Amino acid sequence: MLHIKCPYCGMRSQNEFSYGGDASVKRPELNKEISDEEWDNFVYNRKSPRGKHLELWQHLSGCRQWIKVERDTATHEIFNTYKADEEIS
Amino acid sequence: MTQIFRLENGGLINRDKKLSFKFNGKTYYGYEGDTLASALIANGVHLVGRSFKYHRPRGFFGAGVDEPYAIVQLYRNNETEPNIKATEQELFEGLEAKSVNCWPSVNFDIGAINNFLKIFLPAGFYYKTFMWPKSFWYRIYEPFIRKAAGLGVASTKHDKERYEHKYEYCDLLIAGSGPSGLASAYAAAKNGARVILAEDKPRFGGSLLTSDVNIGNQSGKDWANGIIAELKEMPNVVVKNRSQVFGYYDHNMLVMSEKVSDHLPKTKKHHPKQRLWYIRAKEVLISSGSIERPIVFGNNDTPGVMLSSAAKEYLKVYGVLVGKNPLVFTNNDSGYETAIEFKKNGINPIILDSRVNPQSEIIDEAINLGIKIKFSYVVVAAQGYKKVRSADIAKISDNKKQLGTIENIKCDCICVSGFWTPTIHLASQSGNKTKFKEEIDAFVPGTSKQNETTLGAANGIFTLEETLKSSFTAGQDLSKKITNKDNKISFPNVVEKISSQHDKFWCVPLPKGKNYKRFLDFQNDVAVSDIEIALKEGYRSIEHVKRYTTLGMATDQGKTSNLNGLQLVSDIENKVVPAVGHTTFRPPYTPISIGAIVGREVGKHSKPTRKSPMHSWHEKNNAVFVDAGVWLRPRYYKQGNENLFEASKREAKNVRTNVGVCDVTTLGKIDIKGPDAAELLNRVYTNAWLKLPVGKARYGVMLREDGIVMDDGTTTRISENHYHMTTTTAQAANVLSHLEYYLQVVWPELNVNVVSTTEQWAGAAIAGPKSRKLLKKLFPNNDVSNEGLPFMGYKESELFGVKARIFRISFSGELAYEVNVESDNGQFMWEKIIELGQEFQVQPYGTEALSTLRIEMGHVAGSELDGRTISYDTSLEGLISKKKDFIGKRSLNREAFTSGDRQKIVGVVPLDKKTSIPEGSHLVRDAKAPLPNKKLGHISASCWSVEYDNPFSLAILKDGKNMIGEKLFVMSPLKNKVIPVEIVSSHYVDPKGERVRS
Repeated sequence: MLHIKCPYCGMRSQNEFSYGGDASVKRPELNKEISDEEWDNFVYNRKSPRGKHLELWQHLSGCRQWIKVERDTATHEIFNTYKADEEIS
Repeated sequence: MTQIFRLENGGLINRDKKLSFKFNGKTYYGYEGDTLASALIANGVHLVGRSFKYHRPRGFFGAGVDEPYAIVQLYRNNETEPNIKATEQELFEGLEAKSVNCWPSVNFDIGAINNFLKIFLPAGFYYKTFMWPKSFWYRIYEPFIRKAAGLGVASTKHDKERYEHKYEYCDLLIAGSGPSGLASAYAAAKNGARVILAEDKPRFGGSLLTSDVNIGNQSGKDWANGIIAELKEMPNVVVKNRSQVFGYYDHNMLVMSEKVSDHLPKTKKHHPKQRLWYIRAKEVLISSGSIERPIVFGNNDTPGVMLSSAAKEYLKVYGVLVGKNPLVFTNNDSGYETAIEFKKNGINPIILDSRVNPQSEIIDEAINLGIKIKFSYVVVAAQGYKKVRSADIAKISDNKKQLGTIENIKCDCICVSGFWTPTIHLASQSGNKTKFKEEIDAFVPGTSKQNETTLGAANGIFTLEETLKSSFTAGQDLSKKITNKDNKISFPNVVEKISSQHDKFWCVPLPKGKNYKRFLDFQNDVAVSDIEIALKEGYRSIEHVKRYTTLGMATDQGKTSNLNGLQLVSDIENKVVPAVGHTTFRPPYTPISIGAIVGREVGKHSKPTRKSPMHSWHEKNNAVFVDAGVWLRPRYYKQGNENLFEASKREAKNVRTNVGVCDVTTLGKIDIKGPDAAELLNRVYTNAWLKLPVGKARYGVMLREDGIVMDDGTTTRISENHYHMTTTTAQAANVLSHLEYYLQVVWPELNVNVVSTTEQWAGAAIAGPKSRKLLKKLFPNNDVSNEGLPFMGYKESELFGVKARIFRISFSGELAYEVNVESDNGQFMWEKIIELGQEFQVQPYGTEALSTLRIEMGHVAGSELDGRTISYDTSLEGLISKKKDFIGKRSLNREAFTSGDRQKIVGVVPLDKKTSIPEGSHLVRDAKAPLPNKKLGHISASCWSVEYDNPFSLAILKDGKNMIGEKLFVMSPLKNKVIPVEIVSSHYVDPKGERVRS
């Protein structure tokens, strides 16, 4: 079971969180004309990298905040966690 | 004197407490502190089971967790449990056990015929033979195999025992209380670290209990006892025996199973049988020791052939002789230690040592004691069927290829030592890259992936002094990092005998003309010949060889067979062992009971139960409840001898003619506040929300980004920046998360807060033509007329002094209202409604009537919004705004969503107006068409229309829009029904929706 550092609550066990997918995906702006391909990429197409992956998790049974977790998909090592609106350098 | 193999003195058992127990129906005696195995051996019982494939007689091989043979069915306190190792099960008064994998009895086992047919049961036998004919599998092969094989019978009764889970954090978790575990725990504890020390056996000390060593001028055992006593007194230390750390998971989470009560005749009141510990440790020290490796020779599975370390343990811990005429067969000095213990107790062993001319202190001691030793000698084969009676032995050439003349010598047990295999399971589970250590012919942990360190024998260190030194240092250094303390401990003086090099020899060649079975895996009956066949047939990867031959796949996970199997493969393949590699170690290290894994999450405890504030009223009024997610909702209120069908019909009918009241507390409620609340709703729902006035409700449908309908419900504008959203019961949690996602991640610029208020409000739906009259009684000071509170109107009011919210919304399709009060007042509200509604014939109605009402109105619910349908399919496309963007809108112009014959909701009525239509049935054009018949749609919900008094269903039907009036067939192969039906509008009752506005 992973140990995830919630930026608001500190170290918590994975079973308090739910996984929310690739955090690098940006939703197209509302009312913007975009191609089918762009929309398709947003809704369906995800990379499944082996290694570093920035992903969204929600601290569901805690503060209910969505957070970003930088995790290695192969080793499960967590390098860092961020608030949802935090800029990542 | 029944315990004829029990020594007069010695051992760590309590001879003052004699215990009686039964094995295969016969009564025996043992002592407190015995295991079932030691007590049986004390009574001279060596035949305890039959092997898995050939049903060969099985005895005892080890003395602990590595035991491959002695698996029994245990009976304790009117319960039974399979797959219990006799070597681990502690004896208690009244214990009963039986042999497994034999029928009709262990002494006369019909399956043993497999032994004579063994030429037909080679590697891959099951794969090859039982493939054909296919139909034989279910009728003949499987039932036969199941009857003949297996490691016992699981109880079919409910397990009355209690199992607990415990979550713990510590600085250091130390797995194993042998010398390395004790030394590291002591050093770390002295530095103030929070330490958990776990030992799987009842006694602490590991190898110190049986080895002849001296630490700090006391025996190893006394030193261990002293350390444990001191650790137990320390507040920062938890010391646990009977506790097996069996799994090493991510982020240093380990799981340990503590057998709290298994050693007692009966679990004490309020105690669990077992406790599962989830331990998050900053550092893990693996001091799991090593397991003795067998040497492979002919008939090496005969009862009486066992590990020499096990023989020593039975002697020193339990005061039991595994034989009175022992033969020790060894390739290293460990066998000598066992022989010396025999000799000290008046028994004359013979040692066969495969080595040419080894020299060490221990060998000298054996010689000085007058023990007969034959160097360059090996056991070729054990003789005897149910017990070893003699051994064929021979001299072996220096290159280990040629055997000399076979001699037969009498013996009643053969104690084997083929050197030691470090127990690296936990390290490997943690992701450690193990490496092969040439000097010990075994794998040891390599580079750690997590914060884990392996100590002592588990790390391939076999001298006590080095083990203690490195373990003290590890405990000290690791704890220092955590506690910043540095308490130096003086290192004790260690006296031990130094061993000479072991012989790199592990398998005795077959003598000419003999075809003895030489077993590698004792639990799965995998012999040398099986591996040879697998390799001949082209299996190369060790993982494939494992699966094809089942080597190491038994419940003992190859603890005694892995390395010999690898040696064999590497020999045949002319590769070195590290090139072959070992198979993956996976948790659990040893079988764990399902009860322990489940813990307290059984029955009603497997999930929380949510009850509405009116629950006790429902109970008192004969409600029959149904699970709605985690909620308990009244399904119907039973009157007299009514069944579900009759009651729900009565309740629904009463709503259509008078007035009914339904507990709708379970609906999800989300409070939405903030200046951008309207904007959020406008983006979340498909219809327009910016112009909804204060005091008005609106129905809305929300989509997922892929265009599929996610949920529906009404949202009411309470005040300028304050909305009250309702969701379906099932989707409440998902919708909240969905809103939070968009607010926090996608549109953080929106100034809105959302919070669940599902449990803050109790809700009652009051529905039926007389509902307004009832409402007038409830709220005499409010104008609830059609003008004062029109359809989709909202009012805040007081219900006899209690704050209330009135929504004029309807799910039943009747004139209806929903009243919300704070949860604490829910029961009060409900009772008022029932009391004041008497004159209007008010009746409570449950979910079944609720379904009937919505189905015949054509209102969609979860069975239509099933995660596969879009707005069009459920006739909600009228709510799609063309002017604004919203979540999922861009997906709606996908080709499949816009095709002309897209599925759509319709109504279905049986032509005979009598036959009920099973939910989930398929709609087809031609009932007699050959299978697979083309499916046009499916029945999503069925009811008995109370309006028309005939069955009515909703269906999602291909090209439903153009199908009204068509005659089709409903087919339910499950219920074996074919029903001719007519397709009608989904709005079966009041299609113009006049009643809700009346």
